[in-house]
Amino acid sequence: MTAGVKHMPNSKSSSMKTKAALLIAASAAALVLSAVLSICLGASGLSPGELWHALISGPGTSKASRILWYVRLPRTFACIMAGAALAVSGTVIQKVLANNLASPGIIGVNAGAGLAVAACCAAGNYAAWAIAGSSFLGAMAATFLVVIVARKSNASRTTVVLGGVAVTACINAVTETIVTVFPDAALASADFRVGGFSSVNQGRLLPAAVLIFSGIAVICTLTNELDVMSLGDDTANALGLRVARMRNMMLTLAAMLAGASVSFAGILGFVGLIVPHMARRIIGNDSGHLIPFCALLGGSFITVCDIVARMLFAPYELPTGIIMSFLGGPFFIWLLLRRRERQP
Amino acid sequence: MAPAQEKGEAAMISVRGLHASYGGSEILHGIDADFPEGRITVIIGPNGCGKSTTLRSMVRMVPEVSGQIMIDGADLLSMEPQKAAQRVAYLPQNRNVPDITVERLVLHGRFPYLSYPRRYRREDWDMVTRSLQQVGLDDLRSSRMESLSGGQQQKAYLAMVLAQDTEAVLMDEPTTFLDIKNQLDMMDRARSLAEDGKTVIMILHDFESVLHYADHVILMKDGRILLASDAETVLRSQEIRDAFGVRPCFYETEDGLHCYVKK
Repeated sequence: MTAGVKHMPNSKSSSMKTKAALLIAASAAALVLSAVLSICLGASGLSPGELWHALISGPGTSKASRILWYVRLPRTFACIMAGAALAVSGTVIQKVLANNLASPGIIGVNAGAGLAVAACCAAGNYAAWAIAGSSFLGAMAATFLVVIVARKSNASRTTVVLGGVAVTACINAVTETIVTVFPDAALASADFRVGGFSSVNQGRLLPAAVLIFSGIAVICTLTNELDVMSLGDDTANALGLRVARMRNMMLTLAAMLAGASVSFAGILGFVGLIVPHMARRIIGNDSGHLIPFCALLGGSFITVCDIVARMLFAPYELPTGIIMSFLGGPFFIWLLLRRRERQP
Repeated sequence: MAPAQEKGEAAMISVRGLHASYGGSEILHGIDADFPEGRITVIIGPNGCGKSTTLRSMVRMVPEVSGQIMIDGADLLSMEPQKAAQRVAYLPQNRNVPDITVERLVLHGRFPYLSYPRRYRREDWDMVTRSLQQVGLDDLRSSRMESLSGGQQQKAYLAMVLAQDTEAVLMDEPTTFLDIKNQLDMMDRARSLAEDGKTVIMILHDFESVLHYADHVILMKDGRILLASDAETVLRSQEIRDAFGVRPCFYETEDGLHCYVKK
């Protein structure tokens, strides 16, 4: 090392930073590309020229304009939002709980949302806003319950996970009871449980988008805290972090992101678990790079899956969740095997 | 009881009437101790006697604590966690092996100094480089923690503690899991920390290391201090036989006094 750069990150770590910046730029490009494809491709066979004209002339009454402004743009936007929110939420939860098998489901998000939607439908309210609102509130309420249970013990990582399992089991029992007693609620909430983007609209998206953007922005300012927490409670404490408080705050933010996504996309369980793994294997575990990369990767992953779900048997649609498993599963296995080859 | 302390030495950390409990059961029953500046103080005692709890109380990791812990006249227990972490560093016994690079780990030693806009500054990076050079790990700064040997991981954690730049360094059994060469290296580094004026407090089990490296020894049993004095006095005392149920034996070579243990 030369005297001039004696006390700065050396050339190897600078090149790692450059590599991370390139990967983030590449994932941003992939997101833009997948969004353009998602807007251009569809069952109605509109040409890119027609779509471009509809885009620059603003919302109108032509077929192209209606499809673009009321179907494809909201849907693409929804895919990006849901992917970014679930991937970041999953990353935060995995880091905070130091558990690579954790996902938004583990802190009760899906169970809470499922119960709230079932209850909402059982009460006879099938309106989209009611389902969106109740699912978000249900997700948050379940997470608060998990956090309170953990706090009443000692807020350690294990008690959060165990509390999550226990609360989820209780909530699912109530949900099952409701859908057994009210079969109509079971039918109405079935779409929600599978997850997908066929019924998104701007009204459902906007409040969720505000929550998702602000949640990810706050998390991006707390990436050092996230990394310090992953050193273990003792070390983090000794470094001056209020571990229990930060953990609860992070879990609340993660629940807010996942809850916002669930409110318009239903339960997409796979993304929050597997995209963080993919992202970590590609860009490493440094949260400062990982969080933005995860948001971009999650967004493009769901967008691509949704394109396939729409196009594979067009004009019939498959649920996006199924495609996610078909594409993501093998890709993940490939990543695992590739890593093994590298480590003799 | 008032612990023995060499005359004229400033007590950087002083503990008075320290009681500590976990879940209602009291582990420490009123500890009074002084930890002098620029010295290695070693806490010894049988398993479960409250050694780790004493250290953990100093870094406020025990939920139920009463008494007083002063650092250079300031009350450590009522200090903001971030301020406390700028004064006392702690190397726990059980540590994660995080999936990050060595330099990133060491950089987190600067976490107590982070302020708005929550980004590490040039002087933090400077400190990382100095700390890595001090422990001889500068060549491996870009390596992943997982790829290092146990001894190297310990050095990386030590560099993190150095980067924290505190007046006091607490180490809970820092030589456990290390091979003999790395144990000696670790203890030599602790010695040089003390020579730099830091208050070094550590828990050790090996009497030979205690004899060789400790300036001041605190013997604990059942949550109380039995004896506090220099290493030879403590190791030759009746109290140590009572505490451990063993008999330390001594022999001299040209290097000085050595100790081994008989049942």
